[in-house]
Amino acid sequence: MAKMIGAPLKRKEDPKLITGNGRFTDDIKLPGMLYGAFVRSPHAHARIKAIDADGALALPGVVAVYTGQDLIGKVKAVPTMWYVTGANLKAKDRSALAVDKVRYAGECVALVVAENRYIARDAVDLIEVEYEELSAVVHQEAALAEGAPLVHDDVENNLALLWKAGEVPDEEFTEAEVVVKQRLYNQRVIPNPIETRGAVAQYNPGSDELTIWCTSQNPHIHRMVYADVLGIPETRLRVVSPDVGGGFGSKIATYNEEAVIGHAARDLKRPVKWIEERKEHFMATTHARDEVIEVELAGKRDGTFTAIRVKNTANLGAYLSTFGGGCPTIDFGLMVTGAYTIPKAAVVTYGVYTNTTPTDAYRGAGKPEAAYQIERIVDLFAQEIGMDPVEVRRKNLIPHEAFPYSTAMGVAYDSGNYQDTLGQALEIVDYEGLRKQQERLRQEGKWLGIGVSTYVELCGFGPSKVAGAIGFMGGVWENSTVRVHPSGKVSVFTGTSPHGQGTATTFAQVVAEKLGIPIDDIELISGDTRSVSMGWGTYGSRNTAVGGAAVAIAADRVVAKAKTIAAHELEASATDVEFSEGVFRVIGAPERSRTFQEIAKSANFAWNLPDGVEPALEGQSFFDPPNFVYPFGAHICVVEVDGQTGEIELKRYVAVDDVGRVINPLLAEGQVHGGVAQGIGQALWEGAVYSDNGQLLSGTFMDYAMPKARFFPTIESRFTENPSPVNPLGAKGVGETGTTGAPPAVVNAVMDALRPFGIKDLDMPLTPEKVWRAMQSRRENA
Amino acid sequence: MVTVTKHISVTVNGALRQAEVEPRLLLAHFLRDVLDLTGTHIGCDTSQCGACTVMVNGEAVKSCTMLAVQADGAAVTTVEGLGQMDAMHPIQQGFWEKHGLQCGFCTPGVMMAMVGLLKENPDPSEEEIRDGLEGVICRCTGYQFIVSAVQHAAKLIREAEETKQAMANAGEGR
Ligand code: FES
Ligand code: FES
Repeated sequence: MAKMIGAPLKRKEDPKLITGNGRFTDDIKLPGMLYGAFVRSPHAHARIKAIDADGALALPGVVAVYTGQDLIGKVKAVPTMWYVTGANLKAKDRSALAVDKVRYAGECVALVVAENRYIARDAVDLIEVEYEELSAVVHQEAALAEGAPLVHDDVENNLALLWKAGEVPDEEFTEAEVVVKQRLYNQRVIPNPIETRGAVAQYNPGSDELTIWCTSQNPHIHRMVYADVLGIPETRLRVVSPDVGGGFGSKIATYNEEAVIGHAARDLKRPVKWIEERKEHFMATTHARDEVIEVELAGKRDGTFTAIRVKNTANLGAYLSTFGGGCPTIDFGLMVTGAYTIPKAAVVTYGVYTNTTPTDAYRGAGKPEAAYQIERIVDLFAQEIGMDPVEVRRKNLIPHEAFPYSTAMGVAYDSGNYQDTLGQALEIVDYEGLRKQQERLRQEGKWLGIGVSTYVELCGFGPSKVAGAIGFMGGVWENSTVRVHPSGKVSVFTGTSPHGQGTATTFAQVVAEKLGIPIDDIELISGDTRSVSMGWGTYGSRNTAVGGAAVAIAADRVVAKAKTIAAHELEASATDVEFSEGVFRVIGAPERSRTFQEIAKSANFAWNLPDGVEPALEGQSFFDPPNFVYPFGAHICVVEVDGQTGEIELKRYVAVDDVGRVINPLLAEGQVHGGVAQGIGQALWEGAVYSDNGQLLSGTFMDYAMPKARFFPTIESRFTENPSPVNPLGAKGVGETGTTGAPPAVVNAVMDALRPFGIKDLDMPLTPEKVWRAMQSRRENA
Repeated sequence: MVTVTKHISVTVNGALRQAEVEPRLLLAHFLRDVLDLTGTHIGCDTSQCGACTVMVNGEAVKSCTMLAVQADGAAVTTVEGLGQMDAMHPIQQGFWEKHGLQCGFCTPGVMMAMVGLLKENPDPSEEEIRDGLEGVICRCTGYQFIVSAVQHAAKLIREAEETKQAMANAGEGR
């Protein structure tokens, strides 16, 4: 049998999806099903004075209307899952439905339940809510200012959290040879998976069990939280995420809508469906980033770095979302030194409430912001001392021999050869040649720019005791059962919950290689709290590094037991039996053998088992990773900026990523493409825009610039492989590499192109207008 | 309130389907909710994402921008009618072979749009495919493997055409 791990196999999950046989949440249709629609606040900040639902209730087909008052004592507010340790956290939870005040435009005020979705929409318009508008605050720095409106009356200065890590004496900066300082704004972006959120809930009065199908990246977390919110024991709440159309972090968060739909189904004893409309998604599904980051890097004229200090003022929105507090603190803070040997580092984060949609994880969660600030400041440092940015990187990248490397932020990077990966990327683009070309083109008035980022990020959280120490309300281990049926076919259960990553294929590859059976004999079961005993879901690129590791260990346990049974049948000792390519053989007597399928049958029939061996063949693992994993890479972007219009043409994009051992290079490359596209999207086009009174101006696909196919060049993706020592697969995580590596590579490229204009920094997104204005003002001042 | 309904007959994937529908019912909801053809997806409310694209009388149309009553008398093809598990359409083969999807939510609509493109241009360049994808949004794939998938599908269709042609010629020669 061919090697499975490392093979670019096409996906097992595709046939159903490309023939229209997938089953997404909105595809679920149950007898007697009702349809829910939410009434949402048009104001960013207002007192609710009265709600009149009579008109709606009079509409034929309307079954019920719920307001915040109706849910008091029945549905609790949805709590955060990350009480960041040592951050003076003032956690504010989002009520199921707003009771007396709304704090962002789009906050749920009431739920209508009707016989179909059209009637439900009609009824929403018939509900009259009387508001008293209050002044709103949108920007985090304005919210911190003296006299700013308070989002929550008892949270002074709107300061939700203050977190500090590391220390650097002032002299490191006052006495340094070189200090560069920059304020960077990592703008607010909206995850926008193409499938919006949604929930279908069904209550079974016989078993007193509530089932919620919803668009979830982590159904077990959702069960844990919604059980608490709804006051139902976990044993009587089943959460199922069927096929899920992307998440990118936005479907990790626990939300009020899903819980309220669950309540309505239980209350009405009829199934209820709610599918988020795109405009609701823009208003109500978590946003991300929105961090004002001030960074100061100290170093020497020869190019070496000596200290860094960073201040992050993060906009958390109106409430503390699921992982909302963790992203700008732990996720961000631990990574501020990037891929470099910077001996001293300090970070402080201010988390601020504003009258905007809550922010939470989005592909990378904190790490893209960390990579952006360090990769931008490294370029500015290089410019300051007049050195090539690649040379500065080479001087400071953590050397290969230094791994595992402990950073100034106190984390241990697992493995890497940063220089080699950078070298490969430079070779692919022909860096030297490009620099010469850039010189020539400048003479002709053409503005070519070359941008490099040598990012590193943190994935696959672990171990769970660390999660506990940082205030994360749960474990970060992962569960898998590998169950062998009498025929030798295998069901693999995983606690991760894929939503487009191709996990059914990668995990099957791992099991096929371990058990020596055809990949088609393996099915993956995930996303259902009733089938899978426990799990923590899919986020932070933990799928393979943690979930896949559990699968590998469970499969090894199957092999170990099968070997005992095979040895017994072959009348040999287990040490004399070898297993390869699906066959157990007595060493030295290969004709004495049993296939895996034969052992599967005998294990399940149990007619002739060795003493003390239990029937059936099943392996289980609860893998708690001993450490995080740290994917890294070198991304190089080449752009040309049009001097007349400010338009940016992406000429080349090279991504050399190291995600440890690659299980399926085809799927890994797909992840890189998608991540890079989202990263370039943030750099050049995407951005949530609010008016001063808290109206989301970029609230549809007509106003929010989602990346389209013709915007991109071919992404040249390669991998280097430095396996991680922290899990048995050596895998690190690939999902976030692109969103982490791309923004600084692109912005560095544009800034490089704009150097002749004396422009040092512009905030993302680098729209043509912004670039043109910057060039124009230099021209006018020249 | 009296709900006015209208009787419509639509040929969907080759079969005649009839229903009483409200005039405001979108074609997308008619296909999904009335006919239970859930392969066609809805991703936006502003006709931007293309997830709902189907063929109406041989042309790619966003089914969220059309009313079911407007499809009265028309022939509609949805993803279910393109090809099934055991007999896939070349575009489906292309997407499978070349990893043209991740979550698969946009995919039915994207494939329909590309079937439309290939009808007009059987041998599109990368640039033409990227232009042809203007009406759809895929958040997962970065589009690169969608481009490869469409090129692969185009090749499969051309090869099938050539074989058909060769067989027809051979037939004439006899
Ligand atoms: S759902 Fe029709 S274009 Fe988005
Ligand atoms: S494959 Fe997920 S949106 Fe296209």
